[in-house]
Amino acid sequence: MTALRSEKVDGPGKLRVPAGRPSSWHGQGPVVAVVAVGGALGAAARYGASLIWPTQTAAFPWTTFWVNVIGCAVIGVFLVVISDVWAAHRLVRPFFGTGVLGGFTTFSTYAVDIQKLVDEGHPRTGLAYLAATLVAALAAVWLAVVATRKVLAWRRR
Amino acid sequence: MNWLLVIAGGMVGAPLRYLTDRAVQSRHATVFPWGTFTVNVIGCLILGTLAGAAAAGAASSHLQLLLGTGLCGALTTYSTFSYETLRLAEGGARFYAAVNVIASVVAGLGAAFVGVSVAEALWV
Repeated sequence: MTALRSEKVDGPGKLRVPAGRPSSWHGQGPVVAVVAVGGALGAAARYGASLIWPTQTAAFPWTTFWVNVIGCAVIGVFLVVISDVWAAHRLVRPFFGTGVLGGFTTFSTYAVDIQKLVDEGHPRTGLAYLAATLVAALAAVWLAVVATRKVLAWRRR
Repeated sequence: MNWLLVIAGGMVGAPLRYLTDRAVQSRHATVFPWGTFTVNVIGCLILGTLAGAAAAGAASSHLQLLLGTGLCGALTTYSTFSYETLRLAEGGARFYAAVNVIASVVAGLGAAFVGVSVAEALWV
């Protein structure tokens, strides 16, 4: 979860400096613990969504699609707010960003659902799902980041 | 019971992603997000194998909830993948952003197909 470590999100448009990376494992216990709790909550929320909106075999996996797109939008808002305005406790970012949102969204189910669709003779649905998730997820995180920065800039005036 | 399995899997998968990412990111000096790439591809391989085993009747629904929905679901991430791609693009590394998208999808899908094939070879 590199993106969620503080040195990587150090302001708009800047990339992290490789030399500044921590190499020590000292003090990682509480971080690992909150990531575990957040991950459990995120995974449970995703499981709950799959129970409420089950996906039929050979159908477009709308539930996982929306889980991933919503997770991308929320991480965009969250990481802008937490790096620009909110002086939150140091465990808030690993808990919510790495844990909850990382556990909520999934790349493995995305890939394996495409594999299943292709394998079961629905390559077009698989390809549409592949492209639609990519486009929607990237658009969601981009729009969320841009919109949040705009709102914050407007509030500062 | 089902919820507990998902929660237990998520409780292991998410910190495993965090620790793997930290370990991988401390071993290279490029802007490419190898850490997230690594966990996503490994998760696709495990979930592909599990899906193949399930199709062959070798994985119970409980195991699928624990390892699939819980562990692999939390080990892999779409939100960090998109966010890191955006950071690369915004930071001027548009080429790396495009490579990250293409490589993650190709390697993730490839790993899923390999996993299913391995499971079929083992259990069918």
